[in-house]
Amino acid sequence: MTADAGGGFTAPRLELRQITKSYPAVMANDGVSLRVMPGEIHAVLGENGAGKSTLMKIIYGVVRADAGEMLWNGRPVSISNPAEARRLGIGMVFQHFSLFETLTVAENIALAVDGPFDLEALAARIDAVSERYGLPLDPGRLVHSMSVGERQRVEIVRCLLQEPELLIMDEPTSVLTPQAVRGLFETLQRLASEGCSVLYISHKLEELRTLCHKATVMRDGRVTGMADPARESAAELARLMVGRELPVCTHAPAREGGAVRLEIDGLSRRSDDPFGTDLEDIRLRVHGGEIVGIAGISGNGQQELLACLSGEQPLARAQAARIRIDGREAGHLDTAARRGLGLAVVPEDRLGRGVVAAMPLTDNALLTAHRRGMVRFGMVLSSKVEAFAGRCVRDFDVRCSGVDAEARTLSGGNLQKFIVGREILQKPAVLIAAQPTWGVDVGASAAIRQALIDLRDEGVAILVLSEELEELFEISDRIAVIARGRMSAARAARGTDMEEIGLLMSGLSSDAQLECAHD
Amino acid sequence: METATAIFLATLAAGTPLVFAALGELVAEKSGVLNLGVEGMMIAGAVLAFLVAAETGVLWLGVLAAVLAGAAMAALFAVVTLSFQANQVAAGLALTIFGIGASAYLGLDYTGVALKGIGPVDIPVLGELPVIGPLLFALDPLVYLSFVMFAAVVWFLYRTKAGLVLRGIGESPASAHAIGYPVIGIRYLAVLFGGAMAGLGGAYLALAYTPLWVEAMTAGRGWIALALVVFGTWRPGRVMLGAYLFGGITIVQFHVQAIGIDLPPQVLSMLPYLATIVVLVLISRHAGMIRINAPASLGMSYHPAA
Repeated sequence: MTADAGGGFTAPRLELRQITKSYPAVMANDGVSLRVMPGEIHAVLGENGAGKSTLMKIIYGVVRADAGEMLWNGRPVSISNPAEARRLGIGMVFQHFSLFETLTVAENIALAVDGPFDLEALAARIDAVSERYGLPLDPGRLVHSMSVGERQRVEIVRCLLQEPELLIMDEPTSVLTPQAVRGLFETLQRLASEGCSVLYISHKLEELRTLCHKATVMRDGRVTGMADPARESAAELARLMVGRELPVCTHAPAREGGAVRLEIDGLSRRSDDPFGTDLEDIRLRVHGGEIVGIAGISGNGQQELLACLSGEQPLARAQAARIRIDGREAGHLDTAARRGLGLAVVPEDRLGRGVVAAMPLTDNALLTAHRRGMVRFGMVLSSKVEAFAGRCVRDFDVRCSGVDAEARTLSGGNLQKFIVGREILQKPAVLIAAQPTWGVDVGASAAIRQALIDLRDEGVAILVLSEELEELFEISDRIAVIARGRMSAARAARGTDMEEIGLLMSGLSSDAQLECAHD
Repeated sequence: METATAIFLATLAAGTPLVFAALGELVAEKSGVLNLGVEGMMIAGAVLAFLVAAETGVLWLGVLAAVLAGAAMAALFAVVTLSFQANQVAAGLALTIFGIGASAYLGLDYTGVALKGIGPVDIPVLGELPVIGPLLFALDPLVYLSFVMFAAVVWFLYRTKAGLVLRGIGESPASAHAIGYPVIGIRYLAVLFGGAMAGLGGAYLALAYTPLWVEAMTAGRGWIALALVVFGTWRPGRVMLGAYLFGGITIVQFHVQAIGIDLPPQVLSMLPYLATIVVLVLISRHAGMIRINAPASLGMSYHPAA
């Protein structure tokens, strides 16, 4: 291993001893110890809420630990803010980027590097670093006009300019195409070979196995194991991470020949948001009994498409025929009228659009399911609402204190199961789900995916928008890609692969080019 | 010619209080803090400027008192909204109401008293040049100070690292905190600067523009300053332009009234407020430019996670 190449004793680049941090409701880190050697790519593995991000924020000085010790190159240190961490040589690329959208690349980077304020000299340094590590960047560009992958490059270059000895990457690949992930790995391996240590946080097991030298696995704020990711199988890593066997979805091929239940026919719409994406001539048919997945990097028109489909953004009367539900024109209808036609929607934004956080589950059930005989003469029939909410909780294994629990008291996974259950139990004709398992733990994710597949088998047309390619390949029968507001033709999921979908996602190739390549 | 010169000078004078107050508010808003108390800070500055100048006989002590009064009001606002996370809109409105009430009380004994105000500077040679002499070299010192402050604010915001940090905080306090900037501390400074500038605007009103104390003499100029910042889309040049536009129409409508054009005087008095906002809205309606220049976190409390 690189770390011991010298033969003698080398102090770890970073050593954590018994780090503890508690928040009012949870113990985020409970006696966590960790050791990273120079030049080592060290994975920290765990589910959402396992305490990985908190631990990284403690190392970077954003959050203070309640107790514990930190050693940097063998010396005890106490890091009270990120500027101090940077001075020591620690750089961090955040999961939710810490960039300023209305500033240029150079200005963004200037904010995080010390030294005289000279944007031109800085631009030259940015060019030099981005060339050296193969991360092309234009220092004069405004960040808001950049794709997620480009933004990540800005963050990485920002760190590299400080010549870090330790680079922390928090879920760096969750927003990248498979091709971009490969480029990132090359950069990281190059850094490691130059002696920089990397702390790599992820829940994606396969990529850890190819990249990382060592892995520390966390669960519920504690370290549950250490592993050599190259030797362990993904299933074994998963068991360390989840604490039990991973549930697997069963996904038989869809039955052919269902009627078209959702049809999008030449949908174009200019975005109201100046930084939004214009939709251009979107065409898609979803048949009863199939799941169509829409892949794409966020910000390529998914939100705009979703708003048009759900009815939050109804089209003009003249364009009513652009969207058809069970053959009926629906483009001009609002959300309520579309739900009346049998549409159900699981929005991406759980607490903002999916439920009202301060209301109990019963009221939240009523919000979309009131058409199912819960209201008579304008009066709410409480017993029916309670029965319906109870079924959601029972059938979809929602862990909560009861149907009177406020929505905000549920964990992300349980809340999502409740929302999915609420929509499915309304027996929709068409279900649209955006990021159905985003931020949901592995167990609940599997349950939600299985529920969608079961619903498909009842003849419902399902459209799933997701950034997680693995998820789309697991549940979709056909996959289309949205890039820069345009949609590719949907192709059979079993006849394509991540490589091809990734190329379409990057917008670098179109259907036509791919077809040429196949000839 | 004489009239044109007079209108020009009067326009500068009428616009200057707005330049001070609006530039101060611009800096505060660029850091993400919406302080609706400009009117209150301005009138507090005006009353203290007048009071101190009348008692001591030293006009510059009055100006200094106004700056301190504005900053003190702003400090009150900052403690409430930045340290205790109170709602910025409500706190700002309360500050304005407080300022108007307190100034009326403090100024009770001075109502109608007149002072010999701050006069034009006397620059030999340059001031005697034909045409441009009186236009450029015989203004009062506070007007020159407003030019300096304008240049200083532009230089600070767009040419210095500190200005970049300030804009960054207004755009995304969470990101700024994540890379290690003291969000609350910098917002304090921005709000204090805004208060001092509003106080200065008040001082100009009470000591130079109309050197006498009248209750509620700011007459909504604080609100116009706020509107200038928003409708000038947070760009100092447009904000300055708006201030002089307001000043210009204020003066022209006086002349129109004097000529005896048959319009109700109330309509004419409305004109500067209306025209300024209409013009600024028309020249600044580009949505993309608004998004680039508007501080995204404006008016939202920020509490760094410990």
